[in-house]
Amino acid sequence: MPSDDLKKFCSQVRRDIIRMVHGAKSGHPGGSLGCVEFMAVLFKEVMHHIPAPFDMDGKNQDLFFLSNGHITPVYYSVLARCGYFPIEELKTFRKINSRLQGHPATHEGLPGVRVATGSLGQGLSVAIGAALAKKLNGDTRLVFTLQGDGEMQEGQIWEALMFAAGKKVDNLIMTVDYNGRQIDGDVKDVMPLGDLHAKLEAFGWDVLENKNGNDLESVRKYLNEAKSRTGKGKPVAIIMHTEMGMGVDFMMGTHHWHGVAPNDEQAQKALARLEETLGDY
Amino acid sequence: MYLTKFSDSGKKDTRSGFGAALLELGKRNPNVVALCADLTGSLKMDAFQKAFPERFFQVGIAEANMMGIAAGLTIGGKIPFTGTFANFSTGRVFDQIRQSIAYSHKNVKICASHAGLTLGEDGATHQILEDIGLMKMLPGMTVINPCDYNQTYLATLAIAEHQGPVYLRFGRPAVPNFTSLTDTFQIGKAIHLHKGNDVSLFCTGHLVWKSIVAADALEKEGISVDVWNIHTIKPLDVEVILQSVKQTGCVVSAEEHQKNGGLGDSIAQILAEHYPAPMEYVAVNDAFGESGTPDELMAKYGLDVPDIIKAVKKVIQKK
Repeated sequence: MPSDDLKKFCSQVRRDIIRMVHGAKSGHPGGSLGCVEFMAVLFKEVMHHIPAPFDMDGKNQDLFFLSNGHITPVYYSVLARCGYFPIEELKTFRKINSRLQGHPATHEGLPGVRVATGSLGQGLSVAIGAALAKKLNGDTRLVFTLQGDGEMQEGQIWEALMFAAGKKVDNLIMTVDYNGRQIDGDVKDVMPLGDLHAKLEAFGWDVLENKNGNDLESVRKYLNEAKSRTGKGKPVAIIMHTEMGMGVDFMMGTHHWHGVAPNDEQAQKALARLEETLGDY
Repeated sequence: MYLTKFSDSGKKDTRSGFGAALLELGKRNPNVVALCADLTGSLKMDAFQKAFPERFFQVGIAEANMMGIAAGLTIGGKIPFTGTFANFSTGRVFDQIRQSIAYSHKNVKICASHAGLTLGEDGATHQILEDIGLMKMLPGMTVINPCDYNQTYLATLAIAEHQGPVYLRFGRPAVPNFTSLTDTFQIGKAIHLHKGNDVSLFCTGHLVWKSIVAADALEKEGISVDVWNIHTIKPLDVEVILQSVKQTGCVVSAEEHQKNGGLGDSIAQILAEHYPAPMEYVAVNDAFGESGTPDELMAKYGLDVPDIIKAVKKVIQKK
């Protein structure tokens, strides 16, 4: 996809994020804004996926699991704008009788979502299972996951990391959204992850570190590099440095906007700086 | 008279019925896969592991990860059977089951051995008596507790055909094997063991044989017992339960589980809504177990034949 088009896509996704959390008066804009470039490149360029008709099994398609399920605004916007479900449905986010639950769920049958996530630490295990099923089925497509950095504090993550390396699940690419922030503050203050890069390598993963996770070129380069490293006996990890709240100046540099919706004035202020490129829902 | 109808063909453990059926499923259905958390021998999964190594996943002592991987394997059409002790199959991983399996409608079969007091000498740390309650509370979860080797075998085959998450609970000790492999096993359909008029006796798991023995003794004293094997706790066979109670007018439930959250609890709900009747529970009453032999424990915690007889006589007095 030409870079200009992808930039336009990202700008529209950011507008969707702000409008969704503002409309719902709740939700998680910070982490969503920080992962826009990653989700855009992954869904528009890197993955082979068929939005419609949606197939839960996803045979012969690349699969994505959002383990840090709270960043549904970016997930739903990208799914809708890739054709998984009508874009207008974004206005139902977090409202009664909606398929767009606060955290991703299969229960209401939303196309694109393959497991409920949001109780942190569980998505990587599910992704491993899906990757094992692909191997059993002779399906050479890949499985991608996104984890939060705060989420890496969950014990189940380390069980899964151990398994994926120990059992050579090499059709799996895990990206860690390394924005350094979680609900109660900076990750380093709440519960330091220490040297995550070294820890992942010590667990047997092939580890890449993308210092520019909000730069489209950089995201593309590292995802493609990660893809080229699959099938070689090791699961692949990308530690992706991002800025929580990216694209909305007053939401950056703080953990405050992890799970807070902007009021009318704040939403207007944010939207004034984000170009409407593909049409608001 | 029951003992002539149901003769013990020799003691066998229910977990071996699971292991044998899992091997059979491996032969029948290439989509059946199995996962175990370092208890392959205890779960009798070794035959499957040996026959189908590429479809067996040893996950180590990491049950939370095992439940997540099982959920993921269903995406791609696999039918995963997880195996570990009942304690580690439920309480330890309740949230993983709730989010990744039950709420996500994943076709995972959670197979749990060493349930209840009959685990024996390992003590209360491993003797879960709350697992039925935990699992039956989850929307969409099917909960099955077969009574002997043959029924565990049939139940294991049946759950592979069922679309949706299942909790299958069985045990460690060798117990009388009295049902037949030619019996019909249908999920949610209770099995009538004997027709009686004075009291309804609804039992599950290891308490089924004990209920048969108790009913036999009661028959000799002139008390006629309507005995039902409720192998499926959820969905409960409401129709036959109500039919039976309308005829007898009183109820005893018998299970190797806490009174809170168990089979008796489910039956009491049905009765309260549709047909209130006097009821007695044979169950563990708000207590943890302890070390001991299975027989000693079942006696000490009130889950033995004399306890069933006592409960029947008591409930008849309340009519």
